[in-house]
Order: sequence, then structure tokens, then C-alpha cells
Amino acid sequence: MKPEQEMVTVYIMGKAYQVPAGLTIMKAMEYAGYRLVRGVGCRGGFCGACATVYRLAGDYRLYADLACQTTVQDGMYIAQLPFTPGERAPYRLEDLSPEENPLLALYPEIARCVSCNTCTKACPQDLEVMDYIQAALRGDIAKAAELSFDCIQCGLCAMRCPAEIVHYHVGQLARRLYGAYLAPRAEHLAKRVQEIEQGVFDEELDRLVKMGREELVEKYRARDIEP
Amino acid sequence: MPHEVADLLEAYPLLDPDSVDLKQIDYDVDVLVIGGGGAGTVAALWANESGIPADRILIATKLRHGDSNSVMAQGGIQAADKESDSPAIHFLDVMGGGHFANDPELVRALVRDAPMIIHWHERLGVMYDKEPDGTMVTIHGGGTSRKRMHSAKDYTGLEIMRVLRDEARCRGIPVVEFAPAVELLTDRKGQVAGAILWNLETEQYLVVRAKATVLATGGWGRLHIQGFPTTNHYGATADGLVLAYRVGARLRDLDSVQYHPTGAAFPEQIVGLLITEKVRGLGAQPVNRDGELFVHPLEPRDVEAGAFIRECASKKAGGREMGVVTPTGMVGVWLDTPMIDIIHGEGTFKKNLAGIFRLYSRFGIDPTRDPILVYPTLHYQNGGVAIDASGWTGVPGLFAGGEVEGGVHGKNRLMGNSLLDYNVFGRRAGISAAEWAKRVKLGALTLAHVERYIEALREAGVPEDRKAPLLLPDYRGERALARMVDLL
Ligand SMILES: Cc1cc2nc3c(=O)[nH]c(=O)nc-3n(C[C@H](O)[C@H](O)[C@H](O)COP(=O)(O)OP(=O)(O)OC[C@H]3O[C@@H](n4cnc5c(N)ncnc54)[C@H](O)[C@@H]3O)c2cc1C
Ligand code: SF4
Ligand code: SF4
Ligand code: FES
Repeated sequence: MKPEQEMVTVYIMGKAYQVPAGLTIMKAMEYAGYRLVRGVGCRGGFCGACATVYRLAGDYRLYADLACQTTVQDGMYIAQLPFTPGERAPYRLEDLSPEENPLLALYPEIARCVSCNTCTKACPQDLEVMDYIQAALRGDIAKAAELSFDCIQCGLCAMRCPAEIVHYHVGQLARRLYGAYLAPRAEHLAKRVQEIEQGVFDEELDRLVKMGREELVEKYRARDIEP
Repeated sequence: MPHEVADLLEAYPLLDPDSVDLKQIDYDVDVLVIGGGGAGTVAALWANESGIPADRILIATKLRHGDSNSVMAQGGIQAADKESDSPAIHFLDVMGGGHFANDPELVRALVRDAPMIIHWHERLGVMYDKEPDGTMVTIHGGGTSRKRMHSAKDYTGLEIMRVLRDEARCRGIPVVEFAPAVELLTDRKGQVAGAILWNLETEQYLVVRAKATVLATGGWGRLHIQGFPTTNHYGATADGLVLAYRVGARLRDLDSVQYHPTGAAFPEQIVGLLITEKVRGLGAQPVNRDGELFVHPLEPRDVEAGAFIRECASKKAGGREMGVVTPTGMVGVWLDTPMIDIIHGEGTFKKNLAGIFRLYSRFGIDPTRDPILVYPTLHYQNGGVAIDASGWTGVPGLFAGGEVEGGVHGKNRLMGNSLLDYNVFGRRAGISAAEWAKRVKLGALTLAHVERYIEALREAGVPEDRKAPLLLPDYRGERALARMVDLL
């Protein structure tokens, strides 16, 4: 560590620590001596394991963000959420039909949404969370799927929602319904699967598997590249 | 192989075999899956599909279900499902990319199963990028001769992992989280018969007896081989290699480490994180400090990363000193990201690379206006536990799928083939494990192989303080560690 490094004070669960400015909340906790087990997963903003809430000195607001993607600020009060309890409805996708709005049937509490937009403000992915819940309520599965697509299921919206909705489960089901039932099927894919099952490529693959290295290298070099 | 790996293989177990009571069994199942990433989840689903009831399966994982490398993949997954393409062409690309060191039988399985896997995903509800008529949107990746990279925006790994995990939940497959495997168990005949888990929070060990065991623990990025930063998740510590080696499985191609050419070099908060190859696929070019294009943007990864390192290294070290130095002293090259919207139209970047856009905007950088700085980062374990095309390791009762196994990619994996790998071999391992579980008769549980291993280590004079598996890296600050004492 360079001696001239600028330090800031952060309060990890209320206790003050001096950490170098510019670290993420996650790295600041480690710098302070925490060996993380909970509250850490991908370390890259993809898994939602590191949901964290914080307050700043002189500011009444409660902020929510990802510990691995948020830089510490001087005077920050930090608490990680190790786990989000959230009831997930039991279902088998093959038993559902998108026409009957299974989102509302399985998660009737979405009708309790009071449109306060707290979920949207809490979302570290900047998703329009309230809008996807409203779309789910209307039975607009495609919209709910599209708006929730970047959801990393961190649970921060659900922890803040006064209507006690578990948004990320609703979004998950919306996307699976869309992908399985509403998105147009890829016909070329079904055709290729059929060809493979019929053994159309077997002979050629057999030949390649047995081919000597030299011939294989030659064939590899001679490939034409699709523009 | 890298000494970071050798040091883990030649190391004493964490758990003293004498301190374990193998008569008290905590979980008694047909199929134990170790690792709750992509490969493990696929294996569990297909074991279930092959007739093993959900409650006779157990997924044991180190962090939460899905906290893995699988959830982080951005770019895409390969499958030869277009008219202009075929499994045979895919085969050639995989072999060439791997410098022909691959096991051709594994490559055959990989390319042959690929379209079936995408088809399975489609029915499970994975939202692949499609044209309005349903045609899959596919692009090139490094080393591909056909456009066969399927994607779900730049959250491909997240989308597939979310759906697989949801399906496992739909089927009620039990998962025990924060419980990494620290040792495999065998019976007297040497058949693998489950594992010992360790509850990371209560620090108790748990005995799992299983008729068949699938190893799906992923890769090794968090070993920081040669001091490189990594793209990998927190639990990528090569535990599976250690466990498999102790029980007598063969390891292969571990000399070959994949560095991804484009890791973030700036800002400091995100150093090492992946800038997906799709960025180059969409037209961003790597250029040096003078703005010169110094390498074809889509060479196979080892070639591309080598060119970046050469461009940045000092003249003394044989390099060209043409990199850009960041305020923290790191060197990188430019990746000309504004090209993407210039080529494909305004809004393309945000639509197709939402994750990367978000990553940079959080730190006040707009990659559609300004180029970004990149440098190679430790990315993938090319080799691993040797398997056959059915996912069997050669040790009775032990199967493997995903990044933990080797042979599929030879000495270098192409982008999009490892999401495919974990699906193809996760599935095959799950099916094989189910079939084995239906046949096998297990004897009493032992840790005999571990005892033998300890003896061999003693004979070789391996220092006793060297322990493995690693389970988690340690990033605690030096100041804090210097004063740490164990009092309670
Ligand atoms: C940032 C990033 C981007 C990528 N992009 C792409 C891409 O675009 N296309 C592509 O094809 N590939 C890509 N890859 C590679 C690909 O994602 C992985 O190789 C693949 O997902 C590995 O799957 P897996 O299931 O084998 O391992 P993982 O998904 O890593 O799962 C392994 C699981 O096992 C757990 N585990 C580890 N040790 C133990 C233990 N001792 N006991 C119990 N559990 C344990 C881990 O915590 C983890 O949950 C990318 C990888 C990264 C890191
Ligand atoms: S926080 Fe809850 S109640 Fe408020 S808008 Fe969101 S879903 Fe509706
Ligand atoms: S929608 Fe909710 S769970 Fe999903 S990322 Fe946003 S806050 Fe997290
Ligand atoms: S650790 Fe995965 S999102 Fe922060």
C-alpha cells in the first residue's frame, strides 16, 4: 500500500474502519479483515449474492446496491443482506398455459401493489421493477419478461416492497413462460435436431474422429470462413 | 502444470480421516452432485429424467445454488444448427482451437449434442435472441468458421443458469448450500460412494452416502495463476481436481491455462472482470497507444492474449511497449468500443451489451463514446479430470462434467464451447450416474484412499502445513491479518 493513499471511514454494521478510497464495498470489508462466506458470489455483478443496504452521513435515505459493484464513500453505514426469504410458488412449467395468466394465479399478491415505485428505486440493475409487476398483473407476459430480463435476483426489491411481493420470482416465471410458449420457435433448430437423430452426420463425424492429425490440420486450414 | 495447482495436489487433507465417524450418515442418496453451477444442475436434472426420484438426488454446493462461473458467462453458446453449418464443421473448429490435443470422442459428443441442448433450453423457456420469425440470432466468436454463437443479450450465462435452477426447483431436487465437499468417500472395493461436506457456517462435517457421485465443481480462476487477476467467481478454487486426484482419477492438459484477452484494466474497481468477446464480435478492435490495430480482433484466445501481452510488455522483456499505462500503474491496450454503434447503428451497444454498458456506467465511463482499456485475465481451466464420452472418470462411481473435466477443449477452449460443454457433459454424467446408481452394490464407507494418500505425502516429505482443497480464497487486508489471533 502506498503511504499517500487516501483513506475513508466506513461503518461496517455500525463499527468504524479506515479503508482506502476507491475500493468496492466488498473489497473494503475484506480489507478491514472480513473473510466473506455469505454475501459474495461472482464478484462481478451477475449473481445477486452481495445485496447491501447503506446510509450516508447527513442523508435520511436508505440506499440499496451490490457490494461488488459499489465504491465506498466516506461516512457510509453498511449492512449486507445474507439471505432473502421469499416464497416461491410450486409449479411445473408444462402444466401452465400463458393464456390464463399464471403469474397472477400463482402470485396473487401482485394485485396488492400500491404503485409506490420503491422496488424500482431499490434495484441495482436499474430495472423498471414496478412496471414489470404491473405488466404481470395485466397478464402482459412478454412485457414482464422483457422488463425483468436483466434481473440478477438479488432480492433488494422484495425486501423493500410494502406489498410484500417477491418480484424476482414473478419475473423468473414470466421469462420462462415467454421463452417456452410465446417466443416463436426456431424451425432450423428442430430440423437440425431431427437430422442428427436420423444419423445424417454420423458418417462424416466418424471419419473425422478417426482422421490422422496431418489430414485434420490440412482440413482445418482449408475451412472457408462465413463472412 | 502451474505450481499453484501442484501445491494443492501435493497437500494434506483439511480433515483428519481419524476424526470422522462414517457410521453416522447425514444424507443417504442415489446420486450426489458436487457443485451447484451449470454442470451440476444439468446433471441433477438428467439424473432425475433418467428415473432417479428427486428426493434421491442431492446437490451439494459451496456458495448458493447458481453462484458459479456459469452465471457470469456473457457472450454465448455454440451449436451448429444453421443451414450453412454442420456438426462436422463445428468439430474442426473445436479441434483446431484446441491445437488438435483434444480427445476426438469428446469433441464428437460435444458437437453432436449441441443442437439438442439448445432445443431443450428452448422448451425450458430460455429466452435466446431470435429474429421475429424464430430464427436464432448467431454471430462469430474467436476461432469459429461459421456464425454459431447463440446468445441471450450479454447475460447468456445468467439466463441459462436461472432457467436450469428454476427447473431444478420445480422438480424439488434438494440442494444443500454453503456445504462444499472436502473429500470423496469410497467403499472397500474402491468405488466412490459419496463425499464429506463441510458446513461453512457451523463448521460441522456431514457424511453423504451416494451410489453415484458427479463432480461438477468448475474451474480454478481464484488460484490467480502467475499472479493474474481473474474473471471467475469466488468459489473457483480447483477443489474438484484435488478430490479426484486423491481418489485416483487421471488429470490431463493442466499445463494449459486460458487467459482471456480482454479483462478490464481500468477502473481499478473492476480490474480483471470480463469484457466479453462479443464486443470484438460486434466490431470493436484492439488498438495500441498510437491507435494502430496490432492483431486480428478475433484470433483464438491464446493467440490474441499473447499479442496483447507482447504489445504491453517492456522492450527488455521482449515486448513492444505500445500499451497505455493507467493511474494505478497497470498497462492495457484500447478496445475501440464506439465502433460498435458506428458500424451497426446507435443503440446497438446498449441493446446487445447491456451488462458491459452497466458495468462501466457505474463508474462514470460511457463505452459507446470512449474506448476502454483491457488486458488479459485468468479465465478458464482448459484441462481437468479425464473422462470418456459418457462422463465417466474411470474411477467406479465417479462421473464429471463441466469445467472440472478435461479433454474436450484440448489446449485451448473457444468461446461458447464451455457453456455447451457443461450442458453436454453435465447431462451425460447425470445419465451415466443414474444408470450406475441403479446397478451398484455399495459396501461400508471408508476413507482408505485418503489414508494412503497421507502416507505417500509423508514419504515424499511434503510439508505438513500444506492443506487442500482451498475452498475459498483469502483477500483479507495485510494489516488486519497481521493482528489476527484465534481466541474463541
Ligand atoms: C466471466 C465469465 C464469462 C464466461 N463467458 C462464457 C461464454 O460466453 N461462453 C461460454 O461458453 N463460456 C463462458 N465462460 C465459461 C463458462 O461460464 C464456464 O466454464 C462454465 O459455466 C462452467 O460450468 P461448471 O458448471 O462446470 O462450473 P461453475 O459454473 O463454476 O459451477 C461450479 C460450482 O461448484 C461449486 N463448487 C466449487 N467447489 C466446490 C466444492 N468443493 N464442493 C461443492 N461445490 C463446489 C462452485 O461454487 C460452483 O457453484 C465464462 C466464464 C466466466 C467466468
Ligand atoms: S415496491 Fe411493491 S408496492 Fe411498491 S411499486 Fe413495487 S411492487 Fe408495487
Ligand atoms: S428486480 Fe429485484 S431482484 Fe431483480 S435485480 Fe432488481 S432489485 Fe434485484
Ligand atoms: S457478488 Fe455476484 S453480484 Fe456481487
